[in-house]
Amino acid sequence: MLSRLLSHDLPRNRWLAAILIVIVLGLALTPFLFPSTKALNVGAKILVFIVLVASFDLLLGYTGIVSFAHTMFFGIGAYGVAIASTRLGPGWGALALGVGVALVVALVLSLVIGLFSLRVKAIFFAMITLAVASAFLSLASQLSEFTGGEDGLNFKVPEALQPGTQYFEEPFFGASIDGRFLSYYLLFVAAVALVLVMLRIVNSPFGRVLQAIRENDFRAEAIGYRVVVYRTLSNVLSALFATLAGCLLAIWLRYNGPDTSLSFEIMLDILLIVVIGGMGTVYGAVVGSVLFVIAQNYLQDLLKLGASAVEGVPVASQLVSPDRWLLWLGLLFVLSVYHFPTGVVGRLRALRSKGRRP
Amino acid sequence: MNTTTTTTAAPPAQADAIPKAAFDWIPLALVPLLALLALPAIGSPSSWLTLTVAGLAMGMIVFIIASGLTLVFGLMDVLNFGHGVFIAFGAFVATSIFGAMTGWSDADSLLKNLAVVFLAMLAAMSVTAAIGWGFERVMVRPVYGQHLKQILVTMGGMIIGEELIKVVWGPQQVPLPLPTTLRGSFIFGDAVVEKYRLVAVVIGAGVLLAMLFTLNRTKLGLLIRAGVQDREMVESLGYRIRRLFVGVFVAGSALAGLGGVLWGLYQQSVIPQIGAQVNTLIFIVIIIGGLGSTFGCFVGALLVGLLANYVGFLAPKAAMFSNIGLMVAILLWRPQGLYPVANR
Repeated sequence: MLSRLLSHDLPRNRWLAAILIVIVLGLALTPFLFPSTKALNVGAKILVFIVLVASFDLLLGYTGIVSFAHTMFFGIGAYGVAIASTRLGPGWGALALGVGVALVVALVLSLVIGLFSLRVKAIFFAMITLAVASAFLSLASQLSEFTGGEDGLNFKVPEALQPGTQYFEEPFFGASIDGRFLSYYLLFVAAVALVLVMLRIVNSPFGRVLQAIRENDFRAEAIGYRVVVYRTLSNVLSALFATLAGCLLAIWLRYNGPDTSLSFEIMLDILLIVVIGGMGTVYGAVVGSVLFVIAQNYLQDLLKLGASAVEGVPVASQLVSPDRWLLWLGLLFVLSVYHFPTGVVGRLRALRSKGRRP
Repeated sequence: MNTTTTTTAAPPAQADAIPKAAFDWIPLALVPLLALLALPAIGSPSSWLTLTVAGLAMGMIVFIIASGLTLVFGLMDVLNFGHGVFIAFGAFVATSIFGAMTGWSDADSLLKNLAVVFLAMLAAMSVTAAIGWGFERVMVRPVYGQHLKQILVTMGGMIIGEELIKVVWGPQQVPLPLPTTLRGSFIFGDAVVEKYRLVAVVIGAGVLLAMLFTLNRTKLGLLIRAGVQDREMVESLGYRIRRLFVGVFVAGSALAGLGGVLWGLYQQSVIPQIGAQVNTLIFIVIIIGGLGSTFGCFVGALLVGLLANYVGFLAPKAAMFSNIGLMVAILLWRPQGLYPVANR
């Protein structure tokens, strides 16, 4: 049953399985275990990033395509929900319409980009998508009457999900059962479902073709697979999942602006998470997102401790200052590209196969 | 860059022995064509002249910052996604020099002002050359020939570089004001031409000529061009192409540093994220030019600079898309760029 649910792609390592179980349980019980608002926000962000990064992994890890336009689709999803909810007022209909329109826009756009530029080499595609994404970012901040410009859009979600809506008077095991609570579980269920669907995709025959293209596109073409078609399909699928992740983000934040969903920093975050977590394994997105978002929110506190230890030393105190956490993550990123190209998950899985064959 | 060889007339005897391909004038003709098309659209000749000079100056600066990248890609097949960070380093070194020499840059003497600018350029180029050398050695060397890893590693390099800039110069925006005598503008007929833009045009032209001379008229350039065409052949002739590689990478980084100084002075302020911002622009330019072609990069930069200024005047909201529109149009016309490099 479990094996079917995971599309027969089991963690294949005892430690990895344990880590995944802890993560899933932790995320499922966040409202009860860590009832603070910050912890709930961190949990929701992790859920959104898991979907977003897994969708990027479909492209980078499984098909071997580097795209820098992934945040564009993330933004389309978030703006879809935001614009529909501002124009039509809060309601489930507006939400559904926003998600639907965003999916259609993302589908068309990713199809055009794919057909136009996936014939060329990896480097070319990376550059073209970078250019397209930055054009889209400026489009979003220019059309201010539509997207709210730099200020973004504040909007309301359906009443059932609003934080003011109380379902029970008394807190239940330390968690107050309100709209926020319901939103969190909406995100949780959606994220779990989407990750399972993506696992299904990458473990299907279609996913195997993608991996074949990643390993040797020339040979895949020679066997008879239309490489361009498969690459474009992979691009479209990954864009659609990223769009859904964007919708989830907008529902949670009830706000969207260029910096929240479109900025280049988010693209860098995605890249860091995929590589550190492990390319070509959907589980890598799960482990990586948890590590990254927690590091982003709590590593700064740790660095603060370090900084107070070397206070007064001119350069060192700057190097370990809490604002420089990205420096250390960048170093970790480069090192893992060289030494652990398969990331945390790949490393753990390799441990197991080593144990098998002494 | 192989196309540029044909611009120089060879001695007649040799010309008979080796027939040369005709120089492709059409892409180059796009530049005056664009300027002419813009004239009726803008209307007044004086603002047209102002915009044209501004566009050419911007194009020259963009050419300088992008030329190093296209050179490195042409010879080494390495696309450095961290190229932008060298630009940022160049610009920040310039802010330090300017900060240390405020006496000279605020003085009312052209000579002292220019001395500060040249010192800043020299310092920026030396620093970025040194960083480029280290970058090639530590980050790029293990991933030659692996495009996917190159993109990832150089991107990581950019993150680290950006953070290091914040460590040294702080995360905030740093002003980089022009020296006194380079501020303001000339009145040229009815047109207003900013002084600094003329300086930028002169420096850009100087760099272009120096590059074309080195590539076409010196033995070093011959080896570089040969290395682009056929690496194994140059190696088998006994030249150490590795050293050539490192040299080109260092030169490309130094050019980025120079471009960073000019770009910083053009914007009059520098932020640590400048690398990521400029990356998009220079990628568009080298794609338009045909990856790896120096002359194509030059034409592409001029087109981008001119178009950005014209569109910025006519329809400010559309200015951000002019580049991408230009790129799409050119790729539809010539999928390999304006001056494609033959062996790719």
